[in-house]
Amino acid sequence: MAESDNIVVETAEKIFADLADPQTINNDKKGAWQAPLWQALSEVGLPLSWVPDELGGSGASLADGFALLNAAGRFAVAVPLAETMLAGWLLAQAKIASPEGEMTVLPASPKDRISLDADGSLSGRARGVPFAKAAKHFAVLAHGKDGVAIALVDASKARIESGLNVGYDHSDTVTLDKVQPVTLKPAPKGVDQTHLMLMGGVARSLQIAGALESMLDISVRYSNERVAFEKKISKFQAVQHNLARLAGESAAALAAATSAADAIANAKVFDDEVYLEAASAKIRCAEAAEKGGAIAHQVHGAIGFTIEHILHRYSLRALAWRDDFGSESHWAVELGKLVANRGADELWPLVASR
Amino acid sequence: MTAALRFDPIRLPEKCEQLRKEVRAFLAEEIAAGTFDPHKPNREDTDAPEFSRRVGAKGWLGMTWPKKYGGQERSFLERYVVTEEMRVANAPTRRFFVADRQSGPVLLKYAPEHIKMEILPRICRGEVCFAIGMSEPNSGSDLFAAKTRATKTDGGYLINGTKIWTSSAHIADYMIAIFRTSPPTKENRRHGLTQFLVKMKQPGIKVNPIGQITGQYEFNEVVFTDHFIPDDHVLGEVDGAWKQATSELAYERSGPERFLETYYVLTELVRAVGPNPDTRSAEGIGRLVAQLHTMRRMSVSVAGMLEAGKEPVVEASIVKDIGTVWEQQLPHRVRDLAAFVEETATNRETLERQLDFAIKTAPKLTIQGGTTEVLRGIIARGLGLR
Repeated sequence: MAESDNIVVETAEKIFADLADPQTINNDKKGAWQAPLWQALSEVGLPLSWVPDELGGSGASLADGFALLNAAGRFAVAVPLAETMLAGWLLAQAKIASPEGEMTVLPASPKDRISLDADGSLSGRARGVPFAKAAKHFAVLAHGKDGVAIALVDASKARIESGLNVGYDHSDTVTLDKVQPVTLKPAPKGVDQTHLMLMGGVARSLQIAGALESMLDISVRYSNERVAFEKKISKFQAVQHNLARLAGESAAALAAATSAADAIANAKVFDDEVYLEAASAKIRCAEAAEKGGAIAHQVHGAIGFTIEHILHRYSLRALAWRDDFGSESHWAVELGKLVANRGADELWPLVASR
Repeated sequence: MTAALRFDPIRLPEKCEQLRKEVRAFLAEEIAAGTFDPHKPNREDTDAPEFSRRVGAKGWLGMTWPKKYGGQERSFLERYVVTEEMRVANAPTRRFFVADRQSGPVLLKYAPEHIKMEILPRICRGEVCFAIGMSEPNSGSDLFAAKTRATKTDGGYLINGTKIWTSSAHIADYMIAIFRTSPPTKENRRHGLTQFLVKMKQPGIKVNPIGQITGQYEFNEVVFTDHFIPDDHVLGEVDGAWKQATSELAYERSGPERFLETYYVLTELVRAVGPNPDTRSAEGIGRLVAQLHTMRRMSVSVAGMLEAGKEPVVEASIVKDIGTVWEQQLPHRVRDLAAFVEETATNRETLERQLDFAIKTAPKLTIQGGTTEVLRGIIARGLGLR
C-alpha cells in the first residue's frame, strides 16, 4: 500500500486495516462487518469530511477528502463513505447542516431529474442511487422554476426499489412523490447537476484507481507464489508483460484521478479546464477498470473467479463504479461535444492548459 | 511497491505559460513566413538548418545546460513546454532534436572540458546535428550483441563495423556511438562497450540511406572502415558504457514526443467534424481527448520527477509504453470516425492525406527508442518480477 503523510488518510487506513480486511469481509456473507466499520469511521468524523465545522462536519479540505476516497478504493470498502461525503458536500454548498448517519445523493445519473414544485415539494425518479437502502437521509439536487435548489430529505419519505449493481452493492431506484424536504435552499451560482455528476465521477475515479492499485498488488504477489510448469508464473514473459500493462492501467487511472482531484481542489470556478480533468478522469478510469480488471483475473486463473477469493471485491466494484454519476460513454460524448464546439485550433490549448 | 508508481499532479509553473506564448508566437511567424506547413507532417523540407539557428537564437536549445556552455540554466519543465509546442505544430526539429535531448547531456556528463567548450555552444546555436549509434545489424534493443569494434592504436582507436537504423546520420555532424572495446566477461555480459564521440563526414565512414514505408529517408546504415577516433573522444569509462547508455533513457522515453507524433490527425478530425458532431463522433473524440489528457498529465509528472533530480526509469517506461501504443492506434481510430465525416468538410483532403501518412508512420512508433517488449520487461523488473 502507498505510504501517506496525510493525517486523514492515515487515520482511515488504520481503520480499514483493522476493520475492513478484505478476507474477513469476504468470509462474512451476512455483512456484519459493516456496522463496526461505519461506527469507527463516524467516531473520527470521516463521513462528514467535506462538511465545515459550523455545519456539523469535520472540515477537512477537498484534497484530503479525495485522498481518503483513494484509500477507501484500495480497500474496496462497501459502506456509504463516498456517498455520505458527497451528500455532506452538496448540502454544505447551500449552507445546510448535515445530520448524523448514512446519506447518499440524488440524482446519481446525469439523465435523471428531480423537480421542485411551487409548494416546495420534490418529485422525480433517480435510478442507480448507491446505498439508498442504507441511507437515513438524501441530499437532493432539484430543478425548480427559479433555478437549482439543494434539499435535505428524510429517506423514509421516499419510495425505494432495491437493486444490486455488478459489484453486489445496493444501487437502488428512488422515487420522490411530492415529498416535503427537511430543509430546502437555493444552490449557489455554479453548482448544478453537471457539477454534482463530475464531483461524484471524480470520487468514483479515485476509488477505481485505488482498487486497481490493490489488484496490481495482489496480482504481483500471486504471480510470485503460484507455480505452473515447474516455474513461478511471474517468470513467464507473457505474464510479466500482462502485469506491466496492468501497472500501466493502474498508473494511468491514478494519474487521471489525482490530477482531477487536484484540479477541483484548487479551482476557483468550474470552467472548461476543470471539466476536461473531471470528465477525462471518469472516462480513463473506467477504461482502466475494464482492461486492468481483465488482466488481474487472467493472472489469477480460475481461483480468482471463485467467490472465496478476494479479487472480485476489487474487480467487480471497480467495474460497477463505472456506471455511477455518468458512465464513460456519457462523459465521452459530452467531452467530445465540448471539444468540437470550441473548435479544432482550441483543442491543444485546452489540453496544454493543465 | 505501488508507491513507486505514483504520478503526482505536477502543474507547470507560471513562467512556463509565459514561455509557451513566446514559442507559439515564434512558430506562428515561421508558419506565416512559409518555413513549414503545420498540416504537412510528411513534408520534404524536414531538414531545416536556418530554422534550427533561429530556434537556437531564441535560447531554446540546451535550455537546461550551464551558461558557460551556451545554455540558459532554465528548468526541465520549461524545456518540456518548448518540446511539446514544436511537436504539436509539426515544426521541423529533426536537425536539432537529438542533440538537444540526448547528445548534449551525454557530452555534459562525460566529455573532456575542451570538447564541451567546442561543441555545446554550437548545439545551443542550432548549428550542429547529432545521430545516435546504438543499433547494429542483428542487435537492436539487444545492445550486448553489439559487435562493431574499436581497436586501440597510437593516440586513439580504429573503428570497424556497421551501425544501422541511425536516424539523421545522412545530415549529422556528429554521432555518439557505442563500440566494442573488449569482449564481454563471463561474470558480466554488459562489460566491454565504450561510448565515443564520432565526427561524421571523415575518412572511413560511409552513410547509406534506407528507405522507409512512409516514403521518407530518415534512417541509415553507417559503415566504419578503419575510421580513426582520437583518445580524447572517448566519453566516460572505457568498457563501461552500459550504465551510461541506460541512465539517459528516462529523458528519451517520457517526453511529449512519445505520444504526440500522430497527434495532428486528431486536430484535423475535430476540424472535419465541425462544431455539432453526431453522437458517435463526439464519443470517439471525447475518449481520445481523455486518453491524451491522461498521458500528458503522466508525462508532465515524470518531467517534474526529472526536474527534482529523480531517476524515474519505470515511470518513464510506462509513459512510453502507453503513449506509443496510443499514438499508434490514434490514426486508426481517427480513420474509423472520419468515415462519417461529410464529403463537404473543408479540410477533408488534408485529413485524408494526413491519415495516409500517419497510418504508414504508426508501425514504427512502438519500436523506436526501445520496443514495447523491452519497456514491459523494465516495468516487470520494477514490479519485482525479474
